[in-house]
Order: sequence, then structure tokens, then C-alpha cells
Amino acid sequence: MTTTIYIPKDAAALALGAEKVATAVTAEIAARGLDAKIVRNGTRGMVWLETLVEVVTSQGRVAYGPVKAADVASLFDAGFLAGGAHRLSLGRVEDLPFFAKQTRLTFERCGVIDPLSLEDYRAHGGLRGLEKAVAITPADIVKTVTDSGLRGRGGAGFPTGIKWKTVHDTVADRKYIVCNADEGDSATFADRMIMEGDPFVLIEGMAIAGIATGATKGFVYIRSEYPHAIVTMTRAVEIARAAGILGTAVMGSPNAFDIEIRSGAGAYVCGEETSLLNSLEGKRGVVRAKPPLPAIEGLFGKPTVINNVISLASVPVIMDKGAEHYRDFGMGRSRGTIPVQLAGNIKHGGLFEVAFGITLGELINDIGGGTASGRPVKAVQVGGPLGAYFPASMFDTPFDYEAFAAKDGLIGHAGITVFDDTADMLKMARFAMEFCAIESCGKCTPCRIGSARGVETLDKVAAGIEPQKNLELVTDLCNTMKFGSLCALGGFTPYPVMSALTHFPEDFAPRPVAEAAE
Amino acid sequence: MQAQSTEIATQTRAIVEGLKGLEGPLLPILHEIQEEFGYVPQESLPVIADELNLSNAEVHGVVTFYHDYRRQPAGRHVLKLCQAEACQSMGSDAVADRIKRLLGIGFHETTLDGAVTLEPVYCLGLCACAPAAMLDGEVIGSIDENVIDEIVAEVRK
Repeated sequence: MTTTIYIPKDAAALALGAEKVATAVTAEIAARGLDAKIVRNGTRGMVWLETLVEVVTSQGRVAYGPVKAADVASLFDAGFLAGGAHRLSLGRVEDLPFFAKQTRLTFERCGVIDPLSLEDYRAHGGLRGLEKAVAITPADIVKTVTDSGLRGRGGAGFPTGIKWKTVHDTVADRKYIVCNADEGDSATFADRMIMEGDPFVLIEGMAIAGIATGATKGFVYIRSEYPHAIVTMTRAVEIARAAGILGTAVMGSPNAFDIEIRSGAGAYVCGEETSLLNSLEGKRGVVRAKPPLPAIEGLFGKPTVINNVISLASVPVIMDKGAEHYRDFGMGRSRGTIPVQLAGNIKHGGLFEVAFGITLGELINDIGGGTASGRPVKAVQVGGPLGAYFPASMFDTPFDYEAFAAKDGLIGHAGITVFDDTADMLKMARFAMEFCAIESCGKCTPCRIGSARGVETLDKVAAGIEPQKNLELVTDLCNTMKFGSLCALGGFTPYPVMSALTHFPEDFAPRPVAEAAE
Repeated sequence: MQAQSTEIATQTRAIVEGLKGLEGPLLPILHEIQEEFGYVPQESLPVIADELNLSNAEVHGVVTFYHDYRRQPAGRHVLKLCQAEACQSMGSDAVADRIKRLLGIGFHETTLDGAVTLEPVYCLGLCACAPAAMLDGEVIGSIDENVIDEIVAEVRK
């Protein structure tokens, strides 16, 4: 009986040496003449345990981690192919607290299956959503998605069903589904993880979107910083096409739908939907004014659904298990689950999919185990470079779109960066302005000029030049950027800047010059 | 020199011919050209403009908008250091300072021997194993002093 060993091929696992581990395991199997095979899965999302090696035993999938190539021989000596005890033994993955506390709907298969095995995908519930979708009317698909309460997981939180309905109702000779996989926010890797770990779920979600709205062509715009995701998605599309999931007759139905994978070119602003559309058209990634909405005049002027990876990847489970099943998770107007990404200076970093409503404190302290450095948490930034910095005193905030908005923050793509007490919040505020200046598309003045002036003014504050007057100027500038910018880049850069200033005023106070301090 | 630019124009035309059937072909074309030459040569631009019925200014505008497109060849290795918030929280500033000192160059510079080009990158999606970097497309996480030494030794080989 061949023993199956799972070794992740996710980029985070590779960054921590998974390839060397796989090579070492292969060599040991050969040297010892064992009957075992390696499957390269996605990641389970527990990045601090990578490389997480799993072995299929009679007790289930038993895990070992974090495994380094140098540990491999001793694992074989300990009889890990039969689940033997070793200092890296973790037991069954499902029993690990970080995993057991999750509600995995969208990421149900990620890290479990071979990402490019359609057989595995089907065996774990894949394609059931699409099968149901081809059997009902497009309007009923839209209704199911609307009823589920799914909101755009890219950050804006716009109801997905309403977007789809607009495209469905707009008459045109050609419509598009565009998947925004330009996941540029620091602390976020959920899109990358699902594309590398369960690419077919995104393809299935896009096909359902196509059938629901009458679109026949889909694009996945993946940032160039994700070469592994591009390779996996490209291969998955080829496999899906060969199997008749994509093409002129989706799953044997009269619906046509095909997907093309496109690579970005290193512009953060292309994560903004209208800028992304321009980029796909082969133009500078400059933001478009809205209206017209992309749902009415989008890619090449045609009605376009543009959704984030996680929004689309959540559709198959909604179609399969029903709108109620999904809607029953969550709180208030935030329904279903959200893949929270714990990042930065955190002990147990990774992806934690959970129903809305969990508090920030539970996530950072109970789930994440506090900082990696062991020092006290000073601030957490939620929602990437455009998200607010929250102090520990606000850790009772529940994960919910409205609750965050009420505290001048945003969930964004649900990435959380943890900073310990060595962080300098003036420096972080300056970085937010600097990042905006580097990445601004240049179309609107508040963003293009405001960010550059913001950097200069904060530099004056740091240098102790008229700090009070300059901080008032920064506040005024943030106000102008917030209300005067065309898109979220200029419009939301004030969130990190103002939250740093509001919650950590001591970091903006005049500081003793170096000589005086010594 | 003349022969070389004719050569570039010919190769560019072949690339454009192969991809111009795509919807919105300009970015895929520029990616392919950079893949072929290691950068986007100035000589390629008028050819692309001609083939796609665009103005030279439009093509120039697109090439210069995106951070990925190089206007001159890079070093033999390209080392990208993530400088985004999650990596900053784990000391990416110190990592960058040390690497700059060891290589004797700053960001957007190439060592005199042409061995390595150093670039900042804003997020590789490796935020739970920060600080992170990418060396010639290979990802590296949890960078500490030992890893820095390995990276520097690798690019100096």
C-alpha cells in the first residue's frame, strides 16, 4: 500500500524551504526503498508551521512541522510514514487549535487536495455549485448570491449580488467577468493562497458568474509579484478547458465561457477596479471616474462584473449549500465568513477563515498568540496600506464592515499587520504618504500632489520644525485627500496617517535630538 | 549598433505578430519583450506603435507607467526586497540596510560588476513569514542574518 505524503507548494512554504524538504523526502524514499508518493498540496494556512508535512495514516492526516530539509532523515528514522512520534509531531491537522477554531467554507479544500487534480476537486465537493447553476435560470443564480449576503471581499464590501444583477439586466452583445487578483495590500495573501491551493474554485466561481450575467469571457488579472499563482492558474484553466468546464459548452450546458490569465506589471493602483480595466485594455493604469459603473460600461466599454478572488471563490459553496447556509454565519450586515490574514510581527501567522463578528483582540492574542518578538503589541494595521492603525485599547472591535467604519477604520481585504512596541508611528504615517506618492496613478491632484506634500510635511514634524502648525497642515491635507481623491488610494491614505496621529500622538511629539539624548 | 537595432525591431515585430490577436494585447506584448531582451528596448517602441496602430506617445506612456518594465538591462541577478508594512514590522529596514552595505549599492542600482540589481517591492504576499524577498523569481521568507549572508554569497558567485 503506497503511503501518501503531502508537502505544500504554496509560495510561503517554498519561501521557508519546502522545495528542499520535498527533494530530501524523495531521496530518502528512494534510498530506503519505501513505497510512498509525494503530493504537492497548497498550504493549510498555518505559515509558522511551514514546511508542514502531512502523512496519510490510519488515524487520518498526521502532521509534522515546521520541517527543515535537515529534519527529514530523522523523520524517516522515527517512522513518520506510519505516524511515528517525533519532536516535530503535531498530530492531526484538524485537531490543531488554530485549525479547529476556523469555519472553512471558501478555503475548505485549500491545503487538503492536490491543487491541479480535478479528480481531487470533485471528490471534495468541487463543481457541485456549477452543476446547480447550469440547471437554474441566471436570475435565480443572481438571487441566490444576493440572498447569501456576500459582499465584495476586495475591500469595498459592495453586495456582490447587486453588482451581478446590474450586469445581468444590462443588454449588450458582449459582457465580461474580470477577477481582480491584484492583491497588493501588505498583510494579505488570501488570494494567492487560494489560487495556488485550490485554483478550480475560482474558475468555478467565474463560470457561475458568467452564466448568471450572460458573460462569455473572463479575465484573471494576477499581479506579477505572484509568479507561482500565475503558473498554477494558467495550468488549471488549461485542465478545466480540456475537461469541458470551460469552453463553448460549460459542463455540457448551452452556456459558453472561457478564461484568460493576465499578468499585472507592478502597479499597486491597478488593484483599483477601473485602473485594472484600463490596464487590461493595454493602457496606463489610470483610474476612471465613476459613473459610468463598470457593471454598465466596463472592460472595452462592455458590461463587466469585476470581483475580487475571494468573492468569486465563495460563490461555489453558496450555490452548492444554499444562500441560507452561508448567510447564517456572521453578524449584522456582514454575512458569511472572512479569511483573516494574520501577518507581520505575530507568533502564529497565517490565514484564519472565520464568521464575521470575532474581535480583533481574539484574533491577535488568542488565535495569533501575540507578537513574534514576544514584546507587547503597540499597533495593528487592518486592511493593508490604506487601513487604519488600531491600538490595543480598541481590540474589542468586532470584525464587521460597519463596526470598523464606525471607528474610522476598514476591514479591506482582511489582512492584519501586527507591530510591537518598537514601531515608530510617525515613520509609519510617513510611509503611508510615501507609498501613495510612489503608487499614485497621477490622475487626480489630491493624491498626486497631496501625498508628496504629506511626506515633506511629516518630515518637518520629525525634524521638529513647527510641529503643531505642520500637524494641523497634515490633518487638513488628509481631509482634502479623503474627500477630493477619485479612488481609494488617495482617499484612504488618510486612514493610516490620521489613525497613527490620533491614537499615538506621543510618536509625533518633538523628540530630543540624538546628541541631547546621549 | 545599426545591425543590433534592426535585429531588435525584427524580433519585436515577431512578438507583436504572435500576440496582437489578444484583447488588449499591449501588456502581454511588453511582458514578452522584456522576457526576450531582459528589458524593453527603446527600439521596440515604434514597432509596437506601428503594429498596434497606436501613437509612440501612447506606447511610451504605458511602458513608463508600470514599475515592472525596465528601460535598460538588469544585473545577472535581480534581488527584490519587500519593504511593505508587514515586512517593516519584522525589521525589513535593517535587512535592506545590511544588504545595501554588503553589496555597496542602493535600491534601483546594479553592482559595477553587473552581478546584481537591487529593487524594493511592495508585498510578495509572504506577510506571515516576513521579512521576505525574491531572488530571480525564487521566494525567500523569514530573512535573518544567516539568510542575508546566503543571499549575498549566491549573487556574488
